Amino acid sequence: MKKANSRPPIKKGVLGRVIKMLFSFYPVLVPLTALCILFSAIVSSSPSLFQQQIIEIIQAYTESGDWQTAAEKIVPLLIVLISLYLLSLISMFTYTQLMAYITQGFLSKMRCAMFDKMQNLPIKYFDTHKHGDIMSIYTNDIDTLRQLVSQTLPTLIQSGAIVLVVMSIMIYFCGWLTLVVLLGVIAMFIVSKKVGGGASKYFVRNQKSLGRVEGYVQETMNGQKVVKVFNHEAECEEEFNKLNEQLFEDGYRANAYANTLGPVIGNIGNILYVLTAMIGGILLVLNAPNFSLSGDPLRISVVIPFLGMTRQFTGNVNSLSQQFNTLVMALAGADRIFTLMDEEPETDDGYVMLVNANIDENGNITESKERTGKWAWKHPHGDGTTTYTALAGDVRMFDVDFSYDGKKQVLTDVSVYAEPGQKVAFVGATGAGKTTITNLINRFYDIADGKIRYDGININKIKKADLRASLGIVLQDTNLFTDTVIGNIRYGKLDATDEECIEAAKLAGADDFITRLPEGYNTMLTNNGANLSQGQRQLIAIARAAVANPPVMILDEATSSIDTRTEAIVSRGMDKLMEGRTVFVIAHRLSTVMNSDVIMVLDHGKIIERGSHEKLIEQKGTYYQLYTGAFELE
Amino acid sequence: MIKRLLQSVGQYKKLSILTPLLIVGEVIIECIMPTEIAYLVNEIKAGSDLSNVLRHGLILFVLALISLAFGASAAFTASKASSGFAKNLRRRIFEKTQTFSFENIDKFSSASLVTRMTTDVSYVQMAYMMIIRIAVRSPFMLVFSTVMAFRLGKSLAVSFVIVIPFLATGLILIAKNAMPAFRAVFKKYDKLNESIEENVMAMRTVKGFVREEYEKKKFGSAAENIRKDFTKAERIVALNSPLMQFCMYFNIVFIMYFGGKLIIEGRGVDIDVGQLSAMLTYGVQILFSLMMFSMIFVMLTMSLESMRRIDEVLCEESAITNPENPVYEIKDGSIDFEDVSFKYSAKSDNYALADVSFHINSGETIGIIGGTGSSKSTLIQLISRLYDVTVGSVKLGGTDVREYDLVTLRDAVSVVLQKNVLFSGTIKDNLRWGNKNATDEELIEACKLAQADEFISQFPDGYDTMIEQGGTNVSGGQKQRICIARALLKKPKVLILDDSTSAVDTRTDALIRKGFESYIPDTTKIIIAQRIASVEHADRVIVMDNGKIDAIGTPEYLLENNQIYKEVYEQQNKGGEQK
Repeated sequence: MKKANSRPPIKKGVLGRVIKMLFSFYPVLVPLTALCILFSAIVSSSPSLFQQQIIEIIQAYTESGDWQTAAEKIVPLLIVLISLYLLSLISMFTYTQLMAYITQGFLSKMRCAMFDKMQNLPIKYFDTHKHGDIMSIYTNDIDTLRQLVSQTLPTLIQSGAIVLVVMSIMIYFCGWLTLVVLLGVIAMFIVSKKVGGGASKYFVRNQKSLGRVEGYVQETMNGQKVVKVFNHEAECEEEFNKLNEQLFEDGYRANAYANTLGPVIGNIGNILYVLTAMIGGILLVLNAPNFSLSGDPLRISVVIPFLGMTRQFTGNVNSLSQQFNTLVMALAGADRIFTLMDEEPETDDGYVMLVNANIDENGNITESKERTGKWAWKHPHGDGTTTYTALAGDVRMFDVDFSYDGKKQVLTDVSVYAEPGQKVAFVGATGAGKTTITNLINRFYDIADGKIRYDGININKIKKADLRASLGIVLQDTNLFTDTVIGNIRYGKLDATDEECIEAAKLAGADDFITRLPEGYNTMLTNNGANLSQGQRQLIAIARAAVANPPVMILDEATSSIDTRTEAIVSRGMDKLMEGRTVFVIAHRLSTVMNSDVIMVLDHGKIIERGSHEKLIEQKGTYYQLYTGAFELE
Repeated sequence: MIKRLLQSVGQYKKLSILTPLLIVGEVIIECIMPTEIAYLVNEIKAGSDLSNVLRHGLILFVLALISLAFGASAAFTASKASSGFAKNLRRRIFEKTQTFSFENIDKFSSASLVTRMTTDVSYVQMAYMMIIRIAVRSPFMLVFSTVMAFRLGKSLAVSFVIVIPFLATGLILIAKNAMPAFRAVFKKYDKLNESIEENVMAMRTVKGFVREEYEKKKFGSAAENIRKDFTKAERIVALNSPLMQFCMYFNIVFIMYFGGKLIIEGRGVDIDVGQLSAMLTYGVQILFSLMMFSMIFVMLTMSLESMRRIDEVLCEESAITNPENPVYEIKDGSIDFEDVSFKYSAKSDNYALADVSFHINSGETIGIIGGTGSSKSTLIQLISRLYDVTVGSVKLGGTDVREYDLVTLRDAVSVVLQKNVLFSGTIKDNLRWGNKNATDEELIEACKLAQADEFISQFPDGYDTMIEQGGTNVSGGQKQRICIARALLKKPKVLILDDSTSAVDTRTDALIRKGFESYIPDTTKIIIAQRIASVEHADRVIVMDNGKIDAIGTPEYLLENNQIYKEVYEQQNKGGEQK
């Protein structure tokens, strides 16, 4: 019931854009629906006209008691009325069914559009937006949009039309009484603004208290085992009760204000109704001059339908004003949805493609349409020629600088040479830039300065999809999908056979525990594999990368939660798989990186030491200190 | 189930009873008003005195005010009663969770408990408010309006006899068909949102494997599937308004025709235009109350799921309870495992621990090593009864742990859990979890022992530094050391570190262990570790493999005789000299 101006300003054009989208999705159905709504609105506000005429007839014949003659006049009127009603019912049935169809279709299309858009966004978007906020667009904001389309817009058309029609009829009959009704409506506005203001004040407090309770519960539930270990239950209850009591205090006040609004508005409507009747009566009794468009004098046959119209008018004004709140909220939601849809998508100017290839004894490469097991980079040149380079997995970085925000330099002058068959390790504290390097190789982020070449090709020239397909990545935070274990492994190569997947799992040392799961490879994983341990999840993630069989593999803390004995098994498997290929390893645990060909020690975005394990130990530098335990990595 | 939930009404019982009474008052007045208006209209029509018109008007005005008073106070009492109900319910759930054993905690995810205490409770609160306000209002409105309509309109009220059953049947049919459709689609909808969330979190994986198009296709078909189901359900519900409108229209036409006939034939004596318009008002009131009733019915059934989820928590019985005549005295820190077997769920086939027996002397330092899933953590959690053994017996100080008072037992056995957490509050607050009454000196002493004092005193606010939720503003190693200090403050007879120094460098790790030896020599110390360096100075080491004890012995003995120990040792010490 509050005016829109007491709310945060909404960007102009949001409503227009929603309507435009509705029209573009359903160019025929949407106008049809609007017409049906309009029609049934007008019909439902017209009975007062018939009522007035019928009452007039009744009045005329009350004295004589001649029902026969009266019926002859009444019945035709009623027949017209019934036909109108039938038409109105048909249009109402049509538009309510259409609304159900349109609303859900619109939401579904919006959801898909958002999801498609999201898939095209750069990783930066996900790094800079909270996951909860992104999710809220899909749940809360879409929900406000549903209300907008299924309730607010139809109500605006319907109630708006009814208010206009009824007001015209009222003025047609009697100006004085119309004035009374209008004054009453203004009174309603003022009162409800007062009450509504109190409600929103406490609702804000209620939301805050709720947030506090939720936060506390979340923290306690997460640490429930610690609470147990420390016998801390009583203290937790005490703290919770305090917050809970505050929530109650704010909550019931907010609800009380909101709930009072209904009876208050309803009874102001009643009082208005009585006032109209009384003033109508007084005017009738006094035989006061009427002021109306019809020019007719005020009669009882006018006052009675007028009373009905008063109800209709106040009711619809009320539902119009109630839509203001939802309208404002829906527009805010729609605004967030559009912001997501307008995000800059990940750009891709690459033109070098990865193709299946045949390579003969002389090293000549020809493109093949079939899967050959061999791959090559297809490099079209400006002069119309095309060259092919065999995919080998040679990755070199030259003097790379990088910053996530343009201010704080994360990498400075980093140069890395990784030849096929080499295992290159990065060691360093959290924030030293280890993961950043891998983010640059697969172009989740683009370098600020320097060069990265893959098999001699500048990676900016390679199509992103093809570049990433040629790199296998296993991340520290394992993400598994709701699917079977084998389905999750197959994610690495969608057309992999069951045998290939199991082979990969064996290589990753995951086969052992998978076969012991209740349903083996067909065990469903839900909730990011919540029923598995972190180490088991990592093993599946490694199997997933292994089945893809890429020439270059990046293992970013991929074995951090696996015990050293199992890790040794995994590492033997991976070494076998990656024979002759390139592997990047990032790890905290030195035992993970010790057998690498080259170990780079990173500190504040710079490589401070590089060499094999033995060489670095001899140097007695940072690596040596790490190794002997004089230093801790965070 | 509902009865159990209703126990939480508690001190708000009076308000809960008062609300429907007030509502009934409001309804009665609302039902009298159209009749009064009918008289007013008749007076006006008859052209009687102004004083008569004013008198009726005044009566109506007063009635409206009384109705307002009733309505507003009912709104207040209903709000307070339902908020109070929700408060008690939340409190009960929270208190219940505090009695949970580890087994219960494993069963409910923390996220699901949060939802139960917030979203589910607010649904139930809503439902409760609906019941005491509108579920009372609608039937009363229906009955009173019908009664008044019969009194006033006599035979005209036959119209309602026709319309009410018709509308009621229609509404019931719609609700009956729509509800299962909605319930099914909501489940799917939740799944859809889960899969979106999964994608948001796994975006690096999706992009890394170039699966954007694959995900889009998958999502598109799921969304389309849901659209179809939703449309089906919504279309059933969409029948509501035409049905309602049809009944209204029928009512209007019926009353206009037969009303006109009655008035004219009776020459306006028995029934007049005033009654005619009042009958129209009653019609609206009756039909709307039916509509509300069906809406409430739908809402209530929707909240049933929430009720069930809350009830599930309330009915959950803690698997571990205090014995009847608990022992409060613990002799010393010696530990005995006698033929212990354990499985996490009665249903599961494999034992997490099988046939484990050993003895630990009071004051001994024991290391435990073993691969992931070898049940190291399971083993130590049996000591302080975080779980109870399935077979056999665990003894502390010569007495079965199940005979001790739980608080006494857990105060004596201090466990630093592998998945440890700090709580929001200052470092001091967190430390005092170990001992509420610890002096600042004691806190500092414990921190020195845990090698935490050095970095804490370097913080600008020292021991008063605020820890953020989840302890995100301290590093992993710092967090582990604060957790150790917190456990030390309990001055336990048994101290258990479950992989608690994994993020601490080996030198500091060694200092912590050295501190234990000199400061708490009488405390039994059990150290689970991945790092061989963490256990190689222990008195004895237990090597675990697949839920069984592979070997127990001094580190030197194991290095000679145990395959696993030797392998791990060599793995971690190969190349380069050991410090």
